[in-house]
Amino acid sequence: MLSLIVILPFLSAFLMALVYLENAQKKRYFFYTLVGVGTPLTVTVLSFILGSQVLAGSDTIYQTLLQWIHVDNFNIEIAFMADRLSIVMISFITFIGTLIHIYAAGYMKEDEGYGKFFAYFNLFMGSMLLLVLADNPIMMFIGWELVGLSSYLLIGYYHNESSNITAANKAFILNRVGDFGFIMGISLLFVSLEGSGFTFDSIKEHINMIDKETLSLIGILLFIGAMGKSAQIPLYVWLPDAMAGPTPVSALIHAATMVTAGVYMVARYSFIYIEIPDIGLFIATIGAVSALFAAVIASYQSDIKKILAYSTMSQLGYMFMAVGLGAYSSGIFHVFTHAFFKALLFMGAGAVIIALHHEQNIFKMGGLKNSMKLVYITMFIATLAISGIPPFAGFFSKDAILVIAFATEHYILWGMGALTAMLTAYYMFRLLFTVFLAQPKEAKNLQAVPASMTTPLVILAFGSATVGFLGANEAYGGSAWINTFLSLPDTKLDISHAKEYMLGGLNVLLGLLGMGFAYTLFAKEAEATKVDTLFKKLVVHKFYIDEIYAFFIVKPLLLLSRFIANVIDPRIFDGFINFNVWGYRRSALLFAKLQNGKVRYYALYILIGVSGMSYYLILKLGVI
Amino acid sequence: MTPELFFLLASILFSIGLVGLVSRRNLFVLYMSIELMLSAVNLLLATFSKVLNDADGSVIALLMIAVIAAEAALFLAMIVHIYRSGRTIDSDKLNKLREGAQNA
Repeated sequence: MLSLIVILPFLSAFLMALVYLENAQKKRYFFYTLVGVGTPLTVTVLSFILGSQVLAGSDTIYQTLLQWIHVDNFNIEIAFMADRLSIVMISFITFIGTLIHIYAAGYMKEDEGYGKFFAYFNLFMGSMLLLVLADNPIMMFIGWELVGLSSYLLIGYYHNESSNITAANKAFILNRVGDFGFIMGISLLFVSLEGSGFTFDSIKEHINMIDKETLSLIGILLFIGAMGKSAQIPLYVWLPDAMAGPTPVSALIHAATMVTAGVYMVARYSFIYIEIPDIGLFIATIGAVSALFAAVIASYQSDIKKILAYSTMSQLGYMFMAVGLGAYSSGIFHVFTHAFFKALLFMGAGAVIIALHHEQNIFKMGGLKNSMKLVYITMFIATLAISGIPPFAGFFSKDAILVIAFATEHYILWGMGALTAMLTAYYMFRLLFTVFLAQPKEAKNLQAVPASMTTPLVILAFGSATVGFLGANEAYGGSAWINTFLSLPDTKLDISHAKEYMLGGLNVLLGLLGMGFAYTLFAKEAEATKVDTLFKKLVVHKFYIDEIYAFFIVKPLLLLSRFIANVIDPRIFDGFINFNVWGYRRSALLFAKLQNGKVRYYALYILIGVSGMSYYLILKLGVI
Repeated sequence: MTPELFFLLASILFSIGLVGLVSRRNLFVLYMSIELMLSAVNLLLATFSKVLNDADGSVIALLMIAVIAAEAALFLAMIVHIYRSGRTIDSDKLNKLREGAQNA
């Protein structure tokens, strides 16, 4: 059953691809919907059955499919493992994935490449599940690469516009930079283990074989992979551009699941990171900086999907802060709650975009409260959740992370986190108020949003409101059930309830403050931010990071490539080859003169040959 | 008469034939050069037959004279044919075997 969860989406992706290639023009809406949505639904049911087994107390479930590579002590099996961490991951990946598939059936209905889209989408599901359920780092790496591939395919889905292709390439190439670190990390891990087995379990067992320095290097290399996949500084620039893909893609891949793979990876290797707290602190710092940085940029964006993209990056920063500080469960818990409300926000945004005929600028929207009541209410819940207002999901997970930062006495990180929390509330409510409350600039002719798009919103809104209780701390009357369930090697906290209440209260206060700011500025009449100060100019242009990268990395690379293409290749390499050719041709011409087709010359050659041979035989060998 | 003189004569005849074969282009001259070389070989065979007191050499020489006669008939017929087809008996013009021959 475990392997079925991974294989089914791949099979259906393959089937749909075949059917699509057979005749791309033919509309097979029913078939594609049945297979494309049915498969994730089946997988969800299977993973829930699996989850209930683990919940009932069964041990980690293993399944080996076949042996893949067996060379000396290098032994890789295609095998799956469902421990508690994987179960938490697959439960929301399959559940939210299915909802987004249903949503996509409505969103993409009119699209010509409907079948292709669902083939890619199911491919992504399979890859993500492979990543999460992998039994060894190699299988995980394959899943890791495959999600990158499907992300690339789906970002460039509207391939008629070259800017979308550029965005897809950007995502792919930046991910390759990260993947390089990842593969170096697992290679180093393998070499250091000296062939004592390469499944997660055996690595965990033999982790003491590796000294601290090597372990730190492995930790950093693996985290570089996570930086790429989870859009952290400095490899984040692809994520905002990735919004070029269809909105369901942004919701599933670039918000709820794939980008959290980095956090999952750190939690998966928690047995390594627990040994190297310095690297953990580095991760947490990167996370906190990314969180604040992205929140600042999000506050000045005007594209609805870009705001959400930066918000995703910011929330991912929180998650890395948590796992970096050794609170793996809290990180995963935030991944879990974030998946709900961020998917909901993206899908709500998608509904608005569809209703307004593909308008994405929030300042051209406004006043949609009455005409799109359901979307407004569900997005309101999601916004409350992401802003950390109790009792919605985001409050518990975000609060847990900030409590950890405070309790481990990393006050600077905590301060950045708290500031980010306020900014989050500000920019999210800015979006919400501008789109739904502010005076509309012009009368709008709304397109109807189908029920297949609104039903998932309601389900996710319910989830966003409630899943937080799974991880509520003792201070809030819960038992942090999810932390107990995950049983990851978390840092033990020593903090009084009073302090927790104080921190939680501060968070809520900051959230409400951000909300208040947004209300006064954008609820009545929303104007696009005037770019008058230097700081605003910096922020609106995203701190010119893209330009800086273009200048310091892309341009030198381009110059180097041009130099190689125009100078080194034609002069040196081609020159060498051409010189050889010239030499052979010249010598060939020399010998070609001998073969002139004239009989008497041939007779002469025979004469010379016979004379030579006679000379040799007689004088040198003395035959006669 | 010592046999060395005959050897010398045969060598001179053969060399003249060889030089003629290489340096001249007229097919008739070539033919005559070849005949000269064959005669030199014949002379050598006869000489050795006498010196070694063995009849084998003389027998082969006699046989060769018959073969040379037949060859002469064939050769002259061929030259006539070549002249008819190409209007030339210049051996340098007969280079059809050469790749990319100019007079093909």
